[in-house]
Amino acid sequence: MEIIERKHLTINPAKTCQPIGAMYAALGIHACLPHSHGSQGCCAYHRSTLTRHYKEPVMAATSSFTEGASVFGGQANLVQAIDNIFTIYKPDVIAVHTTCLSETIGDDIPQIVRKAQADGKIPDGKYVIHVNTPSYVGTHVTGFAGMTKAMVDYFSTCTGAQLEQINIVPGYVEPSDMAELKRMARLLGVKTVLFPDTSGVLNRPQTGRYEMFPKGGVTLDAMSSTGDSMATIALGPTASGPAARALDSKCNVPCEILELPIGFKATDRFVDTLRKIAGINVPDEVNDERGQLLDIVTDMHQYFYGKKVALAGDPDHLVSLTEFLVSIDMWPIHIVTGTPSKKFKARIRELTQQVPHQVNVACPGDLFLLHQWIKNQPVDLMMGNTYLKYIARDEDIPLVRFGFPILDRIGHSYFPTVGYVGGMRLLEKILDAILERKDRDAPEECFELVM
Amino acid sequence: MTTVKKIGSAKVSILPDPFEVKQELLREVPTKVARKRAKQVVINKVNDGEHVPEITANTRTIPGIITQRGCTYAGCKGVVLGPTRDIVNITHGPIGCGFYSWLTRRNQTRPPDPGDENYMPYCFSTDMQEEDIVFGGEKKLRAAIEEAYELFKPKAISIFATCPVGLIGDDVHAVAREMKEKLGINVFGFSCEGYRGVSQSAGHHVANNGLFTHVIGLDDRVKGGQFRINLLGEYNIGGDAFEIERLLDECGISLVSTFSGNSTYDQFANAHTADLNTIMCHRSINYVADMMETKYGIPWIKVNFIGSGATAKSLRKIAQYFEDAQLIERVERVISKEMPEVVKVRDEIRSRCEGKVAMLFVGGSRAHHYQELFREIGMETICAGYEFAHRDDYEGREVLPHIKVDADSRNIEELEVAPDPERFRPRKTPEERARLEAAGLKFMDYEGMMRQMNPNTLVVDDINQYETDRLIDIYKPAIFCAGIKEKFAVQKKGIPMKQLHSYDSGGPYAGFRGAINFYREIDRMVNSRIWSYLKAPWQESPELAARYVCD
Repeated sequence: MEIIERKHLTINPAKTCQPIGAMYAALGIHACLPHSHGSQGCCAYHRSTLTRHYKEPVMAATSSFTEGASVFGGQANLVQAIDNIFTIYKPDVIAVHTTCLSETIGDDIPQIVRKAQADGKIPDGKYVIHVNTPSYVGTHVTGFAGMTKAMVDYFSTCTGAQLEQINIVPGYVEPSDMAELKRMARLLGVKTVLFPDTSGVLNRPQTGRYEMFPKGGVTLDAMSSTGDSMATIALGPTASGPAARALDSKCNVPCEILELPIGFKATDRFVDTLRKIAGINVPDEVNDERGQLLDIVTDMHQYFYGKKVALAGDPDHLVSLTEFLVSIDMWPIHIVTGTPSKKFKARIRELTQQVPHQVNVACPGDLFLLHQWIKNQPVDLMMGNTYLKYIARDEDIPLVRFGFPILDRIGHSYFPTVGYVGGMRLLEKILDAILERKDRDAPEECFELVM
Repeated sequence: MTTVKKIGSAKVSILPDPFEVKQELLREVPTKVARKRAKQVVINKVNDGEHVPEITANTRTIPGIITQRGCTYAGCKGVVLGPTRDIVNITHGPIGCGFYSWLTRRNQTRPPDPGDENYMPYCFSTDMQEEDIVFGGEKKLRAAIEEAYELFKPKAISIFATCPVGLIGDDVHAVAREMKEKLGINVFGFSCEGYRGVSQSAGHHVANNGLFTHVIGLDDRVKGGQFRINLLGEYNIGGDAFEIERLLDECGISLVSTFSGNSTYDQFANAHTADLNTIMCHRSINYVADMMETKYGIPWIKVNFIGSGATAKSLRKIAQYFEDAQLIERVERVISKEMPEVVKVRDEIRSRCEGKVAMLFVGGSRAHHYQELFREIGMETICAGYEFAHRDDYEGREVLPHIKVDADSRNIEELEVAPDPERFRPRKTPEERARLEAAGLKFMDYEGMMRQMNPNTLVVDDINQYETDRLIDIYKPAIFCAGIKEKFAVQKKGIPMKQLHSYDSGGPYAGFRGAINFYREIDRMVNSRIWSYLKAPWQESPELAARYVCD
């Protein structure tokens, strides 16, 4: 099939807009209410999508622009919103992100916040922070990166104290992943501040009590202390790079920008970096987890070997996932992200050099293009968000759900895919999908009991 | 827990004093907010022959309040146009709007042939970038339409404007006209920028206007069928329209078009050939019904297929309208065939649900319609409200002349419609109409939610998170119904929550089989043991009774 190149029409995007990423990141601040400065539909859409993905309360407020606000500016709306939010919902922080609407009319958030401050609408000890997230620039990933950087801009403080702690910027990953990174650091005996931290916010227990602001999220004290940390490890250059670099230039905290620790090689680099900065020995527990992950790989290598895979998702995830798959002799041959990233293509080419097959990479591309590629060159497995299920059904290809959003399965908020343990979960999911398919398709005489 | 007690044959709710409840809601909010909310929180009172109390609705959302509401684009593209399968809907704007409205509303569609066009699983967007905002996005839009046409050759393409499009002055209508000329297919645009109205409701109106202007009336061929109706304001969420289609079919009533569940472009084009418009969701579609009456002479009546009683009543109303003895008899036959199973399930479930209470905060008609279903299993709605309705949806259409049109409503065009010189054909003579009205059939009428609710229940327009939380603490309902954003905050309080936009993953709930599905679903939710495990044994009795010695 000839693929007609599209330059102007996006069909089935492999991305969404900046504000939702900013909202997600803001939920990783303790006692913070995200606020969408724009038309109320944006906020409703972001909350709905995050709620469907996490099956958890996702609270956020909006400036509810009408035509008047769009003409005269949103100052009155935002000042009123700040007053209402602090009076009614009482968060410690309001994290404002903009939208295409407020950006197009040019609202100046810091100026409006100063006005709210002057009008006495911001109680003592409470904060309003902001990030500019026009939807016509970047994607959900850069929105996340922007709000994470805003946390540094507003809160990180250099007091001159030298704290024996390391900052971790986890990237646009799940609450389970954030919890896993903290657990790994604990195993290594390294004190860390992880931000943003949505664990305990978007994977809360059922208790019969609803708390507007649950116990999770990075506290303002911890956030402030990041300026005195020994170093910052940023995981995923696209989502975490800007915050780490900002912390370096603001407070002289040196940073290491690593790829997301998905798969054993990227996790090795994370652990090794943490070990070297902290100057500690890696304990046996961590070595054992690594060994278990590798054990699955060696035990089941025959099922991974040579399987062709199509991937869609965010650049930081795809780079590490590609490395992981290639490292266990799977062949990612179609790779699409909707998020533009300068080094993505080159990095993927480098990682897939040994794949004995033509590898298609689109950055930015969309899922319609991915579908066209798959039609021309079928794969054994797809990995990506829930929207891929339509391609999976059309082409009868097994799908492992990975990334954002996952709207039709649970697990991602509780079970990580980062670290060695996360790698084990990914392999379990990959094997389940591949072996389930093998069972389904096996002729009667080849239907195996032992696999 | 609030309960409804049976006293004699009448049921009287033992409710907290509604005046106190209202005061409680307003006590801690800023004065300006309290002043506004005081008019949107109303204690229901129904006196025979009199108006229900006035409620403020369809006014601006309070910034920062954590509203349920969405935007104009959501109402236009998401609600009304979304469920049509063979129009290529292109969102002109940054990627988000198209992404979030992509397959998220559970509108089902069933092309007769698997090979038929179905674009609903697709998201089409111009994905505007900064340079498009700076230099204008019309060029990109034109090119995107051409690319869509090249790939799919659809019979129609529609364009939905998002917030920045209106601000930078892209003229989606001009582009549509130009491309219609160039491609020779119907191309039409909607000015549904998110900021246009105070809620989704403005988007419904924009969608109604666009369909009326650009599609309805394009195909004059009168197709078969003796009793030909349109079903307006039914979006086939969870398969509701399929169940209604089944019933209409069994009754021998032909469905010319549905706006817009399981619909096609050709149905819209042909809709003006029907002889009756039936309205499910009054809020989202009454504009088109009014305009079709004026231009083509098709009367409209309000129907409701939510609840078995309401379904039977609606089928009878349609039959009554056509004044055909055979149809009337056939409708009765269908009702008597369907009802035994309904009654069997209903009565069994009623024995487990009777006396429990519900709270409903959703949409512009569902918070009303679903009260019927709950009532059938003995559950009263003690507190309800709409997300984006207008006063007429609460108080009934007779308040229409008294509704003050504010600046926000004036933003949405009211089309000037006149009788079509050739095609205006009153379906009933004034005499026939008078006769039907005398027999109790009401044309162009919707009585609203409040009349059907008990006195002293609380009606809350555009409820917010704070009020939701407080009201649940006060009323402790057996079930709370709203949308996805409210779902898990409610359930975290240990109260089962049913989504009435998407039905969670359930449905259909319309018609007779739908009623059975709903009874069973509510039974599952309000009587499940799963809500009893909230406390672990050591939380139930934290005192230590013995000591484990570990030395």
